Amino acid sequence: MWIYEKKLQYPVNIKCKDIRMAKYLITQFGGPDGELGAAMRYLSQRYTMPTEKAKALLTDIGTEELAHVEIISTMVYQLLKDTTAEELEEAGLGSQYVQHGRAIYPQDANGIPWTAAYMQSTADPITDLHEDLAAEQKARTTYEHLLNLTDDPGIKDALRFLREREIVHYQRFGEALMDVYELKNSKKYY
Amino acid sequence: MQEMTRKDLMRKIQEVEFKALDLNLYLDTHPKNMEALMEYNRCVYELEQLKKIYEMKYGPLLNFGFSPSQYPWRWINDPWPWEQIE
Repeated sequence: MWIYEKKLQYPVNIKCKDIRMAKYLITQFGGPDGELGAAMRYLSQRYTMPTEKAKALLTDIGTEELAHVEIISTMVYQLLKDTTAEELEEAGLGSQYVQHGRAIYPQDANGIPWTAAYMQSTADPITDLHEDLAAEQKARTTYEHLLNLTDDPGIKDALRFLREREIVHYQRFGEALMDVYELKNSKKYY
Repeated sequence: MQEMTRKDLMRKIQEVEFKALDLNLYLDTHPKNMEALMEYNRCVYELEQLKKIYEMKYGPLLNFGFSPSQYPWRWINDPWPWEQIE
């Protein structure tokens, strides 16, 4: 089970509205390399992991990704909060406004809705952990692209934190993968 | 700790909880690292103290039986994490 904690994992300090960055940032909620996909990927894969370390790690990182979903959602919410319909339309979000208003909806930067096709879960722990390593790198790259598109110190600060987490997760997944290889070599597993 | 602002106290909780989270992930793949484990347990204790102070002042941080509430039921009170404090 999960319980909710009424706090953000990392503080978000958005000073002014920024429709352009909100449109880009949303991909880290519901895009192909976003936090929602990451959470669903790890929390689905954990059941068929063969080692104690991998089961725990996928549970814990999957849970942390849900906290990242909340950070991204909070940023987008605050960036759009005081905008008018006209401003949204001028910034190219007229159709977005018609369908969702200023709501948070899991989609990428082009408005494509989130899909489970962004993730895989194969019951092969070596395959799944390799996917996880790649997913962390893809998310890191996306955060770097986002960082290149803004000078806002509040947005940059949170994005730097999230980028750093991708690197730590990559490191831990690598260790879990080595452990799975060891198990495979120590007994004829398949 | 008692006289910190809400924002500063939350920031302190976020710092200690982040340390605990990162140690937790490290321990998942290094369960026999005694030093990391002792540091993790220190964080647990510090976090407990900080959250107790925060919850007395501002209401429950956790739902479903993990935090007590004063009257009336304070879980529903604004602000939620996506809303700016102040």
